Amino acid sequence: MSADRFIAYGLRGWFLVALIFIYVPIVINFIYSFSPGRFPTLPLGGFSTGWYELILSEAPVPRAFANSLKAGVIVALISTFIGFAAAYTDYRYRFLGKNIYLALALLPPTIPVLILGLVMLMFLSRVSLVGELYSVVLAHVVYCIPFAMALIRLRLAQIDPDLESAAWNLGANSWRAMREVIVPFTLPAIFAALALTMAVSFDEYLIAFFVGGLTETLPVRVLALLQGQVNPRINAIGSFVFAISMSLVILAQILLLTRRSGNRGIAAGGA
Amino acid sequence: MAHNALTHPAARKVDGYALFWGLPLVLWQVMFFVAPLVFLVVMTFWTVKNFRLAPDFDTVNWVNMFSKSYVIDTYFRTLGYGALGAVVCSVLAFPASYALAFKASPIVQRIGLFVIITPFFTSYLVRIYSWQAVISDSGLLNGLFGLVGLGPFDMLSTLFGTMIGYLTLTMPLVILLQFFSLTGVDRNLIEAAHNLGCGRLRTVFLVIVPSAKTGIILACTFAFILCFGDLVSPASLGGSKPPTLSILIVDTVKQGNNWPRAAVVALMMVLTLIVVAFTAIFFAYRVKKEKT
Repeated sequence: MSADRFIAYGLRGWFLVALIFIYVPIVINFIYSFSPGRFPTLPLGGFSTGWYELILSEAPVPRAFANSLKAGVIVALISTFIGFAAAYTDYRYRFLGKNIYLALALLPPTIPVLILGLVMLMFLSRVSLVGELYSVVLAHVVYCIPFAMALIRLRLAQIDPDLESAAWNLGANSWRAMREVIVPFTLPAIFAALALTMAVSFDEYLIAFFVGGLTETLPVRVLALLQGQVNPRINAIGSFVFAISMSLVILAQILLLTRRSGNRGIAAGGA
Repeated sequence: MAHNALTHPAARKVDGYALFWGLPLVLWQVMFFVAPLVFLVVMTFWTVKNFRLAPDFDTVNWVNMFSKSYVIDTYFRTLGYGALGAVVCSVLAFPASYALAFKASPIVQRIGLFVIITPFFTSYLVRIYSWQAVISDSGLLNGLFGLVGLGPFDMLSTLFGTMIGYLTLTMPLVILLQFFSLTGVDRNLIEAAHNLGCGRLRTVFLVIVPSAKTGIILACTFAFILCFGDLVSPASLGGSKPPTLSILIVDTVKQGNNWPRAAVVALMMVLTLIVVAFTAIFFAYRVKKEKT
């Protein structure tokens, strides 16, 4: 028995090591964003908010930040709408070529972002849609739809299939059943998809780098800084990026965990 | 998947309602995903004359890229790196996924998943930058080694550095997928193996791993896809030398703006990924013919 316990501790310990490995770079980034020196030192040289003041005083970072936020919000809205529509189509209809339809909906993230960025640059530059913030939006939506679609589709799989037909039988037309049954039921997943797609767009740097041209988003700014020498600005920018994208991802997860209560809401007739 | 929402007659008809929900995806992805990919194929046959892109139908780019030994070398190196990253990640992640699936209470499982998933979606780029500070010659890790009189070790700009980056990229996803496949393993099978006197390790490798095969293979495949196409790890942690295909693409685009040649490399990568993905799916879902 003691061997069993020993192995169990060993395995849990391994899990903790994996967790530490995943979180080390994030923690290090936060710590060194407050370091006064240019190079990371051991032990820490002191405490300073100098790098934060510096990045906020230079125009490119706030501008890139604003670009990222704008693009993120628009991408989230469009890709969540399309993702919802696709998930609902998959849920409700059977049709010829459905596999192709699903491939369109789910394939983009399996293609490396570098290649997506490159092909979109080649294509969008032919139709003169390159180098603007909307170019980034067009391309990011392609990449984000699958995440929204997957989240909402999972939620639709939990719906009682009789609910929608019950609404029809009670005289609701398709639109009304959508509004009063499907949408309220999937609302947590819709909000989760909004948060997650915004996080994905907010973090994506290669597609944005290729199609954005001189219109930089925040991670593209980081990419530019990363090319040069050791640059502690990245730590300070990174803290912002982490704070925002982690909040969004955590929000998405919390929304998804509330699915049970949503079920009861519908069953009780409320929305 | 159940499709039992077809009771309403309108559900079978193609009407405005159906089109309203069905079409947006098709329109958007055909315009901004399929068309660019098709154009990528076309682009590989275009030529560059006097630094200007010209529509053409010439196999010169293909011939050119395939006749260079460093392109071929880089191709196989990238395959090797991707495979190594995927295998190393799968092996290192497995005990962690196993612990979460079998040695944790439901609450711990939920919290564990929560903390594992979150970083997957948060700035990979910044995390790689942090690793630079950790593994560089005068970095934190060598500082720690120095305290006990070891090192300094060369870690940045080596294959080790690249692998650290790959693991950073893939670990959360691989643990997640392995975890889900492990929780799907029938506990009765494990009980039965124990009762029949099957040892611990043998139970893991003869019962649990085969039962969770689909998820384990898919996790490894996703890890390969991510590593194979990654630019930042081999460039920023691996030092770009020797290059991978991603680095080759960026260099080809930057130097001389030779898009058609970059397109050839990109197309090679896409085709490779398609072959790998379908092979993996074949093995993941194959039902082994039982020996009798």
